Amino acid sequence: MTGFFTLLYKELLRFWKVGFQTIMAPMVSTLLYLLIFFHVLEAHVEVYPQVPYTTFLIPGLVMMAVIQNAFANSSSSIIQSKISGNIVFILLSPLSYQAIFLAYILASIARGLLVGLGVYIVTLIFFDIPLQLPVWALLFVVLGSAILGALGLIAGIWADKFDELAAFQNFIILPLTFLSGVFYTIHSLPVEWQYLSHLNPFFYMIDGFRYGFFGISDISPYISLAIVAICLLMISMLAIQLLKKGYKLRH
Amino acid sequence: MLPAIEVKHVSKRYGHVHALDDIDLKIHSGEFFALLGPNGAGKTTLISIIAGLSLANSGDVTVMGHHVISNYQDARLNLGVVPQELVFDPFFTVREILRIQSGYYGITGNDRWIDEIIERLDLSDKADTNLRALSGGMKRRVLVAQALVHKPPVIILDEPTAGVDVELRQTLWDFIKKLNQEGHTIVLTTHYLEEAETLCNRVAMLKQGKIIALDSTKNLIGTMTSGQSVKLKILPDDLPSALHPLRIAQMHGLHELRIEDYAHIEVILSALRASKVQIVEMHLQQPDLEDVFIKLMRKNKEPA
Repeated sequence: MTGFFTLLYKELLRFWKVGFQTIMAPMVSTLLYLLIFFHVLEAHVEVYPQVPYTTFLIPGLVMMAVIQNAFANSSSSIIQSKISGNIVFILLSPLSYQAIFLAYILASIARGLLVGLGVYIVTLIFFDIPLQLPVWALLFVVLGSAILGALGLIAGIWADKFDELAAFQNFIILPLTFLSGVFYTIHSLPVEWQYLSHLNPFFYMIDGFRYGFFGISDISPYISLAIVAICLLMISMLAIQLLKKGYKLRH
Repeated sequence: MLPAIEVKHVSKRYGHVHALDDIDLKIHSGEFFALLGPNGAGKTTLISIIAGLSLANSGDVTVMGHHVISNYQDARLNLGVVPQELVFDPFFTVREILRIQSGYYGITGNDRWIDEIIERLDLSDKADTNLRALSGGMKRRVLVAQALVHKPPVIILDEPTAGVDVELRQTLWDFIKKLNQEGHTIVLTTHYLEEAETLCNRVAMLKQGKIIALDSTKNLIGTMTSGQSVKLKILPDDLPSALHPLRIAQMHGLHELRIEDYAHIEVILSALRASKVQIVEMHLQQPDLEDVFIKLMRKNKEPA
């Protein structure tokens, strides 16, 4: 257990030591999104009855920040260690694959939650946002950041260059995030787009997370929870398998 | 007795290149062992497979009896590796990284041993400096320190003295020798053959993925070289016929004569005096590992 806690501590310290870049900067950019959308759309869009657009938007933006930072944390840590070569210290150590996996994922969850919580607290100063079912919200934010942490681990292991990692982020993670209903409910979409949205696992994270705030969601939170949990399980198994096989880590 | 490292029929291919070709090697507990060979011979590949950083295509490796794949945790607990590349984690100071490294091996409260390693490797002044700010030699010391935090019974050093100044080399070897005396098994690779010769009791030479010599340093030098010799430049350049049977080689105006012992030199000198031949230059040749190395590498140069 000491090994696991040490790696977790190191991973937490790694982003904490550069907190301006890893926590403050994403908070600021998320709040800028909010400011712009609030200014432009507040008067024009109503998504749920009795819920102003900005109030609707905030949980989505919080989840988006969580998703992006959870992914960024594990992926950048792995690829930096790979490129600078210091991943050798972890590979030489007797840490089990499960311990390595868990430490990276928990650090990702921690960073995702820190940024998300930061954004939420700042918005509370300006807006009145209900949090009707906090346990649901917490469940989805933890599972969502865990999924992205695991995806980041996989991407970091797979990518040989920062360029490839950026491609993974920009061509997979970013579209899945933006098309998941961060800025809208999928009921506002044409039917075929609604259907496509249902294939996007990120949709369930955000819909379920939003349910925690408003008690309203596009689909049943139980279904979302099941899908998100299954996703996490499958991605985790893949990530652990890659670590075990030493894919692109042990030649 | 349980071997410290046992390598059985290990082969490793990269595409069509045989990086390692059916390697068999047993390194005993308490040995000071050298892996020698030219660049690309497979030394680092072999070390990587022992350390679990690379996976063999076939064969098995154990460290202190623990299989490096099926029982990787025990194998790695018993092994400390100093990698050849100068790698470091730029987020931490020397002391922080040594504490973290101890933690990976399940050790807490390791400060006494960490302090000792820091002092022995002359890192005391830099203990609280970020690794980024250290010179190459200092980073090399930290790498050695990192490999030792868990007091592994088997220590592998992959070219630890490459690009390192004389002082550190001395400090390092004194420390490693002491660890060896305390019972740690040491395996090293180096291009400085005199290091291997003075430190190691046994040597394996690799070439193109094969072990071409494996013996004690003394035996290798004894059997693979023609013994001691003396090289002479004489005037006139005409070796007395009495000395012809002793001549091994003649080049660049130097005659190389085999000698049994130092007393034999007197015999040669008197033969020269008797023929009124003057000595212009004289070198005593002690055969060393380098001679063995060069001879073996040349001998095995025939095309595969």
